[in-house]
Amino acid sequence: MRMIERLYGEPRRDESHRGPQVSQGITDVPSGAAMDIHVRAKRFGQRRVLDDVRLRLAPGELVCLVGASGCGKSTLLRIAAGLDAAFDGRVCVDGRAQIGPTPAVGVVFQEPRLFPWCTVADNVAFETGGAEPGDARVAALLDDVGLREHAAALPRQLSGGQAQRVALARALASRPRVLLLDEPFSAVDAFTRMKLQDLLVDLVRRSGVATLMVTHDIDEAAYLADRVLVLQAEPGRLRETIDVPLPRVRDRADPRLADVRSRVLQALHDAHAL
Amino acid sequence: MAADQTILLELGSASPLDVREAGAPAGARTGPRATVPGRTRAAVLAGLLPVLVLLASEAAGRLGWVSSNLLPTPTDVVRALVDLGGRTVLGHLAASTARVAAGYAIGAALAVVAGSLVGLSSSARALLDPSFQALRAIPSLAWVPLLLLWLGIGEAPKLAMIAIGAFFPIYMGVVAGIRGVDRKLVEVARLMRLRPVALVRRVLLPAALPSVMTGLRNGLSLAWMFMVAGELIAASSGLGYLLTDGRETSRADLVLAAIVLLAMLGKLSDAAMAAVERRLLSWRDTVDVEARGP
Repeated sequence: MRMIERLYGEPRRDESHRGPQVSQGITDVPSGAAMDIHVRAKRFGQRRVLDDVRLRLAPGELVCLVGASGCGKSTLLRIAAGLDAAFDGRVCVDGRAQIGPTPAVGVVFQEPRLFPWCTVADNVAFETGGAEPGDARVAALLDDVGLREHAAALPRQLSGGQAQRVALARALASRPRVLLLDEPFSAVDAFTRMKLQDLLVDLVRRSGVATLMVTHDIDEAAYLADRVLVLQAEPGRLRETIDVPLPRVRDRADPRLADVRSRVLQALHDAHAL
Repeated sequence: MAADQTILLELGSASPLDVREAGAPAGARTGPRATVPGRTRAAVLAGLLPVLVLLASEAAGRLGWVSSNLLPTPTDVVRALVDLGGRTVLGHLAASTARVAAGYAIGAALAVVAGSLVGLSSSARALLDPSFQALRAIPSLAWVPLLLLWLGIGEAPKLAMIAIGAFFPIYMGVVAGIRGVDRKLVEVARLMRLRPVALVRRVLLPAALPSVMTGLRNGLSLAWMFMVAGELIAASSGLGYLLTDGRETSRADLVLAAIVLLAMLGKLSDAAMAAVERRLLSWRDTVDVEARGP
């Protein structure tokens, strides 16, 4: 375990660390989970931001993480993405300990973060060095997010919603097992947001990617999630898990969603988030 | 390979090309191309002041308001150039242009290398930047005696002058460009596990390009200025020589002719650079680019 902790202490991305000595330390991870995160502790200076947070994502599952600002939601997501390796604990992707970013994990941020000098197609295929002319994979990805016609456009020509669709396509380009989203639809208008939410559900259902989404929007969490996790602050702990056993194609007016929303609200209230 | 980590940590949070805020409707970004009447109007307005000044000075000279020794009329200036002969004038232009081209190339190459080093590594920054800032403060003419002593009176001191002039603006542009790269974009590159070289080539350099281009343009205009300073002393060709020659023979028409040629060369080369810049930076989401059309 010392070995693992030391490796985690180093924010390195080198995949040679995924060697056998690391794997030995994680024999307790049950198979089947696309991602298994256990953060024993994450500190910023003296402040303990996350405390014994454990969560597991099954393939095709859509989990929403809610909580007050500063409760460590985004920190947890950054740890899961491999962007923050300075914590005590471990992240497993497909049962293998993972240090640093991996193609098996796709990330969408609050902003689209597209490279402004690359076309839409080149942004989607950025990881592999840009799109080939007539790249079928890129065309299929753009088709999936409804932007087939925009392959040659530059990011400046896109609306906010379109840019975020490109970001989704880029995150899925490496066929990840896990998709992480950090308040991805918070900067778009309400109608665009609803469309993007439905797109996300569709993408998750078709690709079977395990999805963890941080959101501030309780409606969004209730509508999208199979499970809503409520994180409490100071230190960040998982306060409650609310299962949403509703069919996948949901009706926004479904009264059962109102019930889910009020349970999430109650949980947030209990976590002193409100 | 600790270099990439250093790069990632060192990038400032200032973001000149922050990904643009969401919310604008589709198609709102296709800026209107400048219309033909609009361009004509701009050209007329741009030419208005020079034409008026030319007419006024011509009139002032002809009507005897000012001595033609001090302010020759535009026709005198043109005649001076004609008297020199096309070959001589072209020879001076070619000599100066060749010097600027060579000196600028040397200065720009050194500036891009030094600027990249200082922009990417904090140790290089701590080591080099303070000295460069001090050297930058030296006025152009102060270099002349030193370069003459060191390099003699041939082409070498002139090229060195021009290289020095071009170096600092370009260096500043490269450093500012690299240090100002949006941290958020670098994070995306990190998620994609870009190697250090790929990170520089595919993310940092393109992102720094607007600032680098500004530096290159400023460097070019300074290269012309330093060229004159270099040619004022110990030259037998070039526009700087023409200036000196005009002063020594009390020929204001020659001096003015040289000045006009300098203005034209500077303007032409800057316009060429601006065209390159527009082409390279057409992806930028700025009012500037849209007003000029894609």
